Order: sequence, then C-alpha cells, then structure tokens
Amino acid sequence: MTTQYTADHEWVRAEGDVHVIGITEHAQQQLGDVVYVDLPEAGRTFAAGEAIGEIESTKSVGELFAPADGEVVEANDSVSDDPTLVNQDAEGTGWLVKVRFTSEPELLDAAAYQATLG
Amino acid sequence: MPEILHTPLEARHAAAGAQLTEFGGWMMPLRYGSDLAEHAAVRERAGLFDLSHMAELRVRGAEAGAFLDHALAGRLSALELGQARYTLLLAASGGILDDLIVYRLGTTEWLVVANAGNRAVVVEALADRVTGFDATVVDETDDTALIAVQGPASQAIVEAIGLESEPLDDLGYYRILEAIFEGEDVLVARTGYTGEDGFELYVPNHAAEDLWDALVRVGTPLGLVHAGLAARDTLRLEAGMPLYGHELSTETLPAQVGVGRSVALKTKGDFVGRAAVEAGPAADAPVLVGLVAEGRRAGRAGYAVVDGDAEVGVVTSGALSPTLGHPIAMALVTPGHSGSLAIDVRGTRIPVTIVDLPFYRRQERA
Repeated sequence: MTTQYTADHEWVRAEGDVHVIGITEHAQQQLGDVVYVDLPEAGRTFAAGEAIGEIESTKSVGELFAPADGEVVEANDSVSDDPTLVNQDAEGTGWLVKVRFTSEPELLDAAAYQATLG
Repeated sequence: MPEILHTPLEARHAAAGAQLTEFGGWMMPLRYGSDLAEHAAVRERAGLFDLSHMAELRVRGAEAGAFLDHALAGRLSALELGQARYTLLLAASGGILDDLIVYRLGTTEWLVVANAGNRAVVVEALADRVTGFDATVVDETDDTALIAVQGPASQAIVEAIGLESEPLDDLGYYRILEAIFEGEDVLVARTGYTGEDGFELYVPNHAAEDLWDALVRVGTPLGLVHAGLAARDTLRLEAGMPLYGHELSTETLPAQVGVGRSVALKTKGDFVGRAAVEAGPAADAPVLVGLVAEGRRAGRAGYAVVDGDAEVGVVTSGALSPTLGHPIAMALVTPGHSGSLAIDVRGTRIPVTIVDLPFYRRQERA
C-alpha cells in the first residue's frame, strides 16, 4: 500500500479500486490549526485540477485539488466533525476523500515529493 | 530586496520548534505548535511573545513635546511621566502612515514605538518634521528587543523574575516604568495588543536571551507558553484592535476606522494632517464595522461584503474566533446598506450581522 504524492501537497493511496486522498504532513504544518473542512458529497464527479474541497485554518485556506478525473466515493465525516484530525494525523485518520479515478493521476513518490519541499 | 532582519531571540525560537515567517522585513515566529493553544493560553493564563521587530525611536530635547504635537495626531506633550498613549502618524492628506504607541519617559524624553513594516516611513517623516524644533530622533530598533507577556497570569510572572522596580501593582494600564533586570535597564510597560492584561518589556539586545529564559523559567509553572504572530493576530482581532495595512492605510482617515478620538483637534494647534481631518471623510466614505456570522466559514481579508447584488465593502481582517467559536471580521463598508449584509466567501454568501467592536472584552479584575 504505497503512498504517493502530488505537487499540491496531497497524498494518494490505493485501497482496492478506490484511492484515498488527504493533505500531507508538510501541508498541515504550513496551514496551522485546521478549524473547518468542506468536503464534496459522494457521487460528485470532478475533472483533474478542480478544487473539490477546502481546508481552513485560523490563518489561511487550502484547497483540495483533484489529481485526476473521477468521482467521489466517500468523504471523511470524522474530519468534518473534528477538523483537528488533519493536524493530528494528516496522512492517516485525517484522510479527506475516497475517490474512483477515471484518468491517470500524475503522482510523485515520497523521495520526489520531499525534493519539492526544498 | 533589503536584507531580512533577525531578532536576537531567533536561536530561542528555533530551539522551541517555531515556524518562522517573514513579517515586516524580519524573520519572526508564526507559531510554535498549535496557534489555537497559544491563543487560548493568552486568554486563560499567559503567552510569551517576541516583538523585537517593532521599531523603537527615542525622541529627546527641550522641544521634544512640541515636536511630537506637531508631527503626530495626539497631544503627546500633555502625557504625564510614565504615561503611554495610542496615536497616529498622519500624512498631510489625513491618511494614516502608521499607528504608534508613545511613552513619556522623562521631562524631555519620549519613546515612539512603530510597526516594523512602517519603520522607514516613520523615521523619514519624523526626521522631516523635526526641522526647526530643538529635538532629536534616534532609531534604536537595531539595539532593542521587545518581549511581551500577555494574559491574566502575566503580572505574577513578571514579578517573579526578580526585577528591581516599583511594585507592578502600582503600574496602571498604559503606564511604563524603568526597572533593572540582572544589572540591565529594562522598560516595563503595561500595554499590549491582545485584549488581556499584560506587559511589554524593552530590553537591550544583549540581555534579551537572559530575560526570555527567566520568563520561561518562572512562567512555565504558571501556564506561560510561547506564542507567535498567528495567535497575536487572532487575539488582536477579537479585541477589535486595528492592524496597519489591514484596517489602517494612507487611504483611510482616522474617523473612518474608529480611531478618530486619537486625533487631538480640540486641545492643540496645527499639526500635520489637521486640515484634512477637520474637513472629514466624504459622506459616502466606507467606515470600519465589526461583522459576525454563524457557522465556521470565516470571511478573510480582501473578501467582498455584499448587500444583495451590490458590493458595499471589503473585509479587512477575518477569522473563525478561537474564543467565541464563530466567524468574526472587521470590514470597511459604505454607509446606508439595507441591513442584510453577507460576505462572499469564495462564491458562497455567508450572512453577517454588524456588531459593535470589540468582539471580545476581558473581565475586569475584581
């Protein structure tokens, strides 16, 4: 179960025929305390690069960008109820959406993602 | 680009795990861990801030008071020894070049504290306006650290570091006294930018780490935590305090942004900006208001305020209030709206209600 990354500071992990998406540990650190998340409904379709959700901290707003075309399978209601999960465990229980891709996402491996952080 | 400036406490911030950010030309701590926890600590116990980016200008001379009355909006010559006042540096147009705290330190000596980002503007304006007065202005920023302790436990903490000073119980709000810490001169002011009781300590750079360490040592058992600029911003927003570049600018007259009372029109003669302030803003000029909303989606600086389909203003600062739990914002809004305002939050209209500032007011000590 390999975790891959996007240049938009999101992580993507395959689970069977769906992919789980969240924001990276680096992204949550940059945002600060997350106080609100707005996630898409199951069934929503999206195009690559589309903003499908928002992650707000006290200081700023981050958008969740779709890494490829696809459809939302499930949003993480636990995170909607308790946005601090994103800070506590960004790459685990703080996942944001499960999606089914209909095009191939462009993803980075962990080393390539780390390299983008400088 | 000018070189980035560094506070004498940067090594302490790094050791404490701070996330540093560029602010006003300085590398400053944005947060050490959770900015919500830092914010809550200041409301409930105490927070420790490095504000060494702030600019300190020492004004001395037989005509220093008259000079400040001419150069600034307030009547600073009337300050008692040890008294502080919030005031403004106005352009001839009446627009705001900076907001300042001015302390009277002696019969012929004042301390002017300016925002880091406006330091050059303030230094230049004061150098220009001092012409003809028997007074000097010295920029001491590069030699001066500023450490703030803010929150209900702050007096107990500052008292516990072993200052040689008059009792802090006798130091009123917006007052300053001279003290000695481990042989070094320290100015202790009961001022701040958080809406809580608190102290601001002006200390020579070379003594900053020792003072910081002493405050951490005695303060930690009393609940003191390191606090960064993120918490400082949400604290001052809840307290309804304006921030230069957000609420205040060269485009706004004092009366538009709730600081008209800082202009001493009645008690002194001519000063820079007087004619424009007397003429007043246009009748349809926007005014600063407080806005609150339900839910958790906050309007942020730059977002439009709308009345139906008409854009009637802009948010100058906004956040989900950590203390109150709902969105708050300050906004410049043109008068005469219908009363059903909303903020356009990235395409979604969030209904807002106009309220009096501040959003948060601390309980006065019994």
